[in-house]
Amino acid sequence: MQALTHRAKQVNRSPMNFWERLYLPAIFQGMSITLRHFFKRKVTYNFPEQQRSFSPVFRGLHILNRDAEGRENCTACGLCAVACPAEAISMEAAERQPGEEHLYREEKYAARYEINMLRCIFCGLCEEACPKDAIYLSETFAPSDYERKQFIYSKQDLLIPHPINEPEEYKKALGNRAKPEDKS
Amino acid sequence: MDNSLLAIDMALILEKLVLIVVVVFASLGIAMYATYGERKVAAFMQDRRGPNRAGPFGILQPMADGLKLFFKEEIIPNFSNKILFVMGPCLAMLTAIMTSAVIPWGNHIEIFGRSVSLQIADVNIGMLYIFGVLSLGVYGIMIGAWASNNKFSLFGGLRAASQIISYELAMGISFIALLMVTGSLSLKDMVLQQQTGHWWNVVYQPLGFLIFLICAFAECNRTPFDLPEAENELIGGYHTEYSSMKLGFYLFAEYINMFISSAVMATLFFGGYDFPFVDESTLSPNFAALLGIVALMGKIIGFIFLFMWVRWTIPRFRYDQLMYLGWRILIPLALFNMLATGAAVLYFHK
Ligand code: SF4
Ligand code: SF4
Repeated sequence: MQALTHRAKQVNRSPMNFWERLYLPAIFQGMSITLRHFFKRKVTYNFPEQQRSFSPVFRGLHILNRDAEGRENCTACGLCAVACPAEAISMEAAERQPGEEHLYREEKYAARYEINMLRCIFCGLCEEACPKDAIYLSETFAPSDYERKQFIYSKQDLLIPHPINEPEEYKKALGNRAKPEDKS
Repeated sequence: MDNSLLAIDMALILEKLVLIVVVVFASLGIAMYATYGERKVAAFMQDRRGPNRAGPFGILQPMADGLKLFFKEEIIPNFSNKILFVMGPCLAMLTAIMTSAVIPWGNHIEIFGRSVSLQIADVNIGMLYIFGVLSLGVYGIMIGAWASNNKFSLFGGLRAASQIISYELAMGISFIALLMVTGSLSLKDMVLQQQTGHWWNVVYQPLGFLIFLICAFAECNRTPFDLPEAENELIGGYHTEYSSMKLGFYLFAEYINMFISSAVMATLFFGGYDFPFVDESTLSPNFAALLGIVALMGKIIGFIFLFMWVRWTIPRFRYDQLMYLGWRILIPLALFNMLATGAAVLYFHK
């Protein structure tokens, strides 16, 4: 029979000889393996103190983006909510009033924007769907909590810090992925 | 005259009492840290770190575990036999600790001019006593299992009983061979023999030691013979219905059993408190005793590590394999060992 992959290995089905039937040699062999692992370097990260770095394509918690002047990008078009396979996003739109131009980039904005982190599967489709470059998946993952309702993240939880008023937090939240200047 | 006799007796009782308390607490402490050791060994063998949050290196973990067990809700199932249900774990714990009475923990020490033996009771049938108590140990499991009124528990209990019966035979026979070599049932005598002149018994009885070791694994219900528990087929076996500290007692009894078995094996086959390559008779008695205790503890810890090492290497036997191994391999082997030893003793000593 032809093997399907080159990893196929012929199993030796010949009856065990006396040495093998003693079992003890095989047991000692196994014990030597476990002993070798005893002295091996441990692969565990001591989590809170030590954090592993994620790859640049890691999809973590969402952030709602602002542009360079600190205005919210989102225009509440709802495309992300439509794209979301887990139906985790809900929002309410509102019209920008005169005098609010420094807050919202578009004429329409999301007055309420919620993502249910317990529903979200972190697929990143919202990020792909967004025409305004307004939503990104960051490199942090959801912290644990005691109550379910804490996992419904409101706009306040999602919005990236203001780039002018809080430049340091903004940089940190931005990480090395979202580059608002790239697209308009 | 009368008075002084009484005074000596009082001192004897006092010294034994102190010794008993020390030994019991030492066994408990070691069993406690054996749980920690088990988790650490398991973790290290699986390339993990193990508990390391409670205290430096996680050494407070056993306290946290104990505390947790105390705070757990105590559930006694409605359909169980209440008295027996409580009696099970107590019995398991009691028999586990009882065995430590005849083990010589060291030679005698001198306090206030009195020579105090570091053995609670030097019975001349010490080993028979150990066998007796060891086989009582299964009652704790069986009673608990039966009283739970649960199929899985009952299965676990039955397995434990038949396993212990099967392996006690081979263990006993391998011990008879050892007896032929030493000629004494007293553990103290055995240690003295191994200390002076003789080599350790494991040199004379390598096959006997191997059989004894395998049977000890079975008697302690340790992997690969942990069929009474078998958490993935019997959901915990005999302690399925147990919770809170009663469960803790069962788990604890297992670790104490392991400790005692290690002590017995060290005493029987590895010279007990004999420190290798040191002539104890030239040292001051107190220092020799201290050295002896250190030596014995070292050997015991070595055996406990072996128990854990095997546990995290070998998968569990199937039940028919277990019975096959016990009856078709170990018992004939032990019988052969006994006959061969008998022949050798006859040939060399007559
Ligand atoms: S990451 Fe996927 S599941 Fe989560 S909100 Fe975006 S589209 Fe929905
Ligand atoms: S985040 Fe993007 S896709 Fe979603 S409503 Fe706002 S602009 Fe539209």
